[in-house]
Amino acid sequence: MPVTSARKPAQGATARARLIRAWLPTLSLALVLAAIAWLNPRAISYFGFSLMLNLAIPIVLATIAQLFVISGNELDLSIGSFVSFVGCVTATWLNDAPWLGIATLLAAVCVYAALGALIYLRNLPSIVVTLGMSFVWQGLAILMLPTPGGKAPAWLQGFAAFSFPFVPLPIVAALAIGAIVHFGLMQTSYGAILRGSGGNPAALARAGWSLLKTKVVLFALAGFFGVLSGMALISITTSADANIGSGYTLLAIAGVILGGGEFVGGRVSPFGAVVGALTMALAASPLLTFMKIPPDWQVAANGAILIVVLAARALVSRRED
Amino acid sequence: MERSRAVFAKPWLWSFLGALAVWLAAIAFTGGHGGGGMLSAALALAQFTVIVGIGQMFVITLGPGNVDLSLPANIGLASAVAMKVMHGSDSMIAVGLLAALACGAAIGAANYLLIRALRIPPIIATLSASFIIQSADISYGRGLQIKPPPGFADFTNLEVFGIPILAMLTAAFSVVAGIALHRMVYGRSVLAIGQNSRAAWLAGIHVGRTRALTYTLSGALGGIDGALLAGYFRGANVDIGNEYLLASLAVVVIGGTSVAGGKANVPGIWGAALFLVLLLTMLNTFGVSAGVRLLVTGLVIVAVIAAAGGQAAQR
Repeated sequence: MPVTSARKPAQGATARARLIRAWLPTLSLALVLAAIAWLNPRAISYFGFSLMLNLAIPIVLATIAQLFVISGNELDLSIGSFVSFVGCVTATWLNDAPWLGIATLLAAVCVYAALGALIYLRNLPSIVVTLGMSFVWQGLAILMLPTPGGKAPAWLQGFAAFSFPFVPLPIVAALAIGAIVHFGLMQTSYGAILRGSGGNPAALARAGWSLLKTKVVLFALAGFFGVLSGMALISITTSADANIGSGYTLLAIAGVILGGGEFVGGRVSPFGAVVGALTMALAASPLLTFMKIPPDWQVAANGAILIVVLAARALVSRRED
Repeated sequence: MERSRAVFAKPWLWSFLGALAVWLAAIAFTGGHGGGGMLSAALALAQFTVIVGIGQMFVITLGPGNVDLSLPANIGLASAVAMKVMHGSDSMIAVGLLAALACGAAIGAANYLLIRALRIPPIIATLSASFIIQSADISYGRGLQIKPPPGFADFTNLEVFGIPILAMLTAAFSVVAGIALHRMVYGRSVLAIGQNSRAAWLAGIHVGRTRALTYTLSGALGGIDGALLAGYFRGANVDIGNEYLLASLAVVVIGGTSVAGGKANVPGIWGAALFLVLLLTMLNTFGVSAGVRLLVTGLVIVAVIAAAGGQAAQR
């Protein structure tokens, strides 16, 4: 665009670019859905969606956990093994000795909060700390459940069996999660502070807010949603193994970024992240099976989708400047 | 107070002390037996971590957010490429090594292109790339366990007076990397960009070219590491590089390189790599289960990093 262009049209173009940018996650989801509909029209039905999105809710919850961490300019590389650990606790202690199970899961959330404090107080790189923690969670998961097994508590399985008329449960649940997190993070005043801790920490500290507190709250929320993700996963699979969540670290990061999140500056979007997670959940297997992509290349397809969407965003952003 | 500060200023010293401590603990447990063998085995494993660690160090030194997460996938693919090109014949060793080097360098260059063209953080770029590389490896390797040529396998396992030849070569390379970092235009440019990339650019440093070179270098080192690993373990496989994601990051950070960029340390990488390998050796001599081993490794890494601490808070 010529630099000398009149002000008004330029502003219009910027606004249009922003709009495209905001709708990019939805657009990519629509494209994935269109591809599925074209390849297998029968998949676009109540049962089709129920099947395809069967494992979407745990992915959405893990993505939300990652969203909180990314809001604070950090990255959590341990969320996948944390989900595995929670899954193992859910399928064993939470079923056999509910109080011990609940106490363990609460303690796990506290560990997440403590990590946030540690990362802030010692000014540590979160990728290395969480990568180290991924070994810890993985080790604990293996100790709890050396061989696949366990059993989901009956009340938890009841949740997963619940169904709505006309709209499949995963879609209702995903929208509800998006709405709750959107309200908490985007509409409340403390949500703005939390995002501000990623956007401009120095300014926030000058204004008298505790950055230690924001970091602890963000990590505790991540731990809480990680626990929900692990429990949701076990409610569907009904049994666990020590590697059950191992793919979630990458899916969750991809979901947040696909959904319009930026790595720095506290720029995140809860609804976008939910849509991003659904796109990843759909693209992760059902779409690729329809497209007859050999299993070898399914991981690559995830990477390729990520790159294509980021390329589209880079194009739009360039127009925004 | 002054003295303790002087010691804290050299965090790489701690990594060697830590390595010494876990080695002594392991020997104490075995009653003094096998200390020497433990050290040569540790050197043999540590060299692979050091090679990728040096590549990761240059990348991290470029400044906040710069990191190469594609190393494990890169190592896996390069190990398969090297073994396929060598095809079990001694005469093809050099060609195979060159192919692995070229494969790694191409991956590194592709990483930089993604970062540059899409203007995305290196973490996401290298992560997305690693998905694709991993698939390429699965599809290319096809679970075939191709054996290295006998000469190559012997060479990568060769020891002189209990010291692996490869470890000596890696040590020599580390010296070159140290000189490149502190005395050559390339290394000084990396440090300058890490300290303040805009100031470096205004001072006339070719920021883009230096970054491209650094990612390519990291990729190339990953590639050569994959080939050597396949020789040492007598076969390539998809998971051969898996442990080098945490290992390459951990040795750089424990070794005293600043994650905020602009400050790097080569000897610390050796100390940290020996520390990590000896820690695993110690746990193995104690005979603990896989779960406990993972748990302790993770806790020790987090504890060491927390104790070493980041830089004086600039937030």
